[in-house]
Amino acid sequence: MTVLEQPGSSRNKSSLAGPPPTWQPRVDPAPLLPDAEPYRLLGTDAAARLDSGLLTRLYTQLVRGRRYNAQATALTRQGRLAVYPSSTGQEACEVAAALALEDRDWLFPSYRDTLAAVARGLDPVQALTLLRGDWHNGYDPHEHRIAPLCTPLATQLPHAVGLAHAARLKGDEVVALAMVGDGGTSEGDFHEALNFAAIWQAPVVFLVQNNGFAISVPLAKQTAAPSLAHKAVGYGMPGRLVDGNDAPAMHEVLTEAVERARRGGGPTLIEAVTYRIEAHTNADDATRYRSDAEVETWKAHDPIALLERELAARDLLTDDFVGATRDGAEQLAADLRERMNADPEVDPMDLFTHVFAEQTSQLRAQAAQLRAELDAEAAGHTEDAAGTDGSAEEARP
Amino acid sequence: MTTTVPATARKPATMAQALTRALRDAMADDPSVHVMGEDVGTLGGVFRVTDGLAKEFGEDRCTDTALAEAGILGTAVGMAMYGLRPVVEMQFDAFAYPAFEQLISHVARMRNRTRGALTMPLTIRVPYGGGIGGVEHHSDSSEAYYLATPGLQVVTPATVEDAYGLLRAAIASDDPVVFLEPKRLYWSKADWSPDAPTEVAPLGRAAIRRRGSSATLITYGPSLPVCMEAAEAARAEGWDLEVVDLRSLMPFDDETVCASVRRTGRAVVVHESNGFGGPGGEIAARITERCFHHLEAPVLRVAGFDIPYPPPMLERHHLPGVDRILDTVARLQWESDWTEGRGE
Repeated sequence: MTVLEQPGSSRNKSSLAGPPPTWQPRVDPAPLLPDAEPYRLLGTDAAARLDSGLLTRLYTQLVRGRRYNAQATALTRQGRLAVYPSSTGQEACEVAAALALEDRDWLFPSYRDTLAAVARGLDPVQALTLLRGDWHNGYDPHEHRIAPLCTPLATQLPHAVGLAHAARLKGDEVVALAMVGDGGTSEGDFHEALNFAAIWQAPVVFLVQNNGFAISVPLAKQTAAPSLAHKAVGYGMPGRLVDGNDAPAMHEVLTEAVERARRGGGPTLIEAVTYRIEAHTNADDATRYRSDAEVETWKAHDPIALLERELAARDLLTDDFVGATRDGAEQLAADLRERMNADPEVDPMDLFTHVFAEQTSQLRAQAAQLRAELDAEAAGHTEDAAGTDGSAEEARP
Repeated sequence: MTTTVPATARKPATMAQALTRALRDAMADDPSVHVMGEDVGTLGGVFRVTDGLAKEFGEDRCTDTALAEAGILGTAVGMAMYGLRPVVEMQFDAFAYPAFEQLISHVARMRNRTRGALTMPLTIRVPYGGGIGGVEHHSDSSEAYYLATPGLQVVTPATVEDAYGLLRAAIASDDPVVFLEPKRLYWSKADWSPDAPTEVAPLGRAAIRRRGSSATLITYGPSLPVCMEAAEAARAEGWDLEVVDLRSLMPFDDETVCASVRRTGRAVVVHESNGFGGPGGEIAARITERCFHHLEAPVLRVAGFDIPYPPPMLERHHLPGVDRILDTVARLQWESDWTEGRGE
């Protein structure tokens, strides 16, 4: 007997009880659905209402960001950075993320989001500590309210949810913005974070930078969903699809989501459609998985060029302004170059300092061992030095 | 906090009740302590360890979460970043595995990564081990996984009093603690008064549960009562066994363990988890490195077999019992088979 043949199931509908009380009626998903096309402002009539001050601020940060990416990439070639995942082409997402937040808010960046941290005010050198390799994290996260750059994929998203939830429990109007790439949306932590955020109505905003590839794997092999923003609907939060190269559009959508979260409106998932102009990192060969033509198409949709068109239309793209912006960016790069070319000081004894609040006896013993090795090494150097210089002289009668 | 408790004030209490009391007292003392996990609220946990906490402290302090261990621990990380002290429950040992990435990639190393700027005052309660007739995935002894990860403290009580004291100490710790609760001891009873002040043991100190002179049994958690029984039984064979309860596997109390082995000259490590790659190998190595000239015999291990945890009808053959411990102690005589090279 099939389910349909069970007595009273289909034959006698009038005797059917209603759904059990735990059955919740479905909520109309339409308000949660993203737009069919990425939301844009630049090049549309709506751009007219944009504040010129905001546009010049965004422009300055975009140019600085592009220069920062170029300088950091150059530093990898000089061996000053172990690796640098460039966000060239994605600067609008990075800058908008930083500018949409207030000081009290928290940013949860992935490893590609150094620029968002720098645009938020973090010292550029501190932001690169992880990639230089002198320590895993170069800054106090509380100082700028920036979580450590996260290397595992999507694992920082539940942290953002927990922090936002905790802030709300304490009565603080703090919003957490968590950044992840398109590949990261396939991870289990992405799902669990969005689910927890929606259940708790946590003041958190998820920003997916869909740059087309997770290293070499294209989006089509990452998801069969109509868009990554569509994923929001299943969790019960709104999804927004936005042109990630349109800086004012990014800023507007993020700001709206942040304000909504602050008001108690719960989380939002934003998908920014953008493109990674450079390879995944300097260790990657992007020509193996994408065509030059594709890259050129995206270069034509460059976030800086898009904004320049709007600024020019407003007569804001003056030589003075462009020159001053470029000089500022060059200064940033020069400072970065100079400071990164100095060898960082590392203290081997730091290895044991922050494993536990209180060192275990085992770690104390290991620290003593390393101390002895370092002392022996230093003594050896002294002997060597003495052997080649002073001692030989002294040995002469 | 060392007031002596009058005998009359002590009443039988179970380990589960002592744990509940520890959570309740910690929550009452410190508003930043939050309990979270699946079923910890209305139901009071599947083992009732969180019984009554949601009612007393509200659902914001004792939160029923969605069924997602990585999400439970991952959000707890964020809560800890904002100054809370989450106490997370992983319902069963094997259910904790989805949370391992959060545990290993973030919880264990957040202090180190940020040079002490972000700390993880998290307690992760994991009911663990077998002996309760659980079906597959409900009886794992997963301590070796946690021990293999620097930055985690691994604590496991074996007595009712320790259940209270160690859980209070774990919650008070500024570093993450994987708090392994031996589920077959949840219903073990002792005369204990939760109202009387109890000394809260610092983490990382082993306890000598029985003084002896002829060999040391080193154990923890669910195997402690078995070792105590074996020690009693061994008297008939002329063995006067000392029993050391580690209480905390990390930090590890080398001092107490080695002092005991130097006194007795012989050591057997007893635990439920598999022997190969299990904590016993590390403990035996530490003893050998530090006490070699005091040893009258090789350090032996009594552990679970190197098999996936067996189905409930077979688990009694797997779990170290009194007889297997006694047989192993007998081999400490260091004669016959051993000298012939037929020890194994």
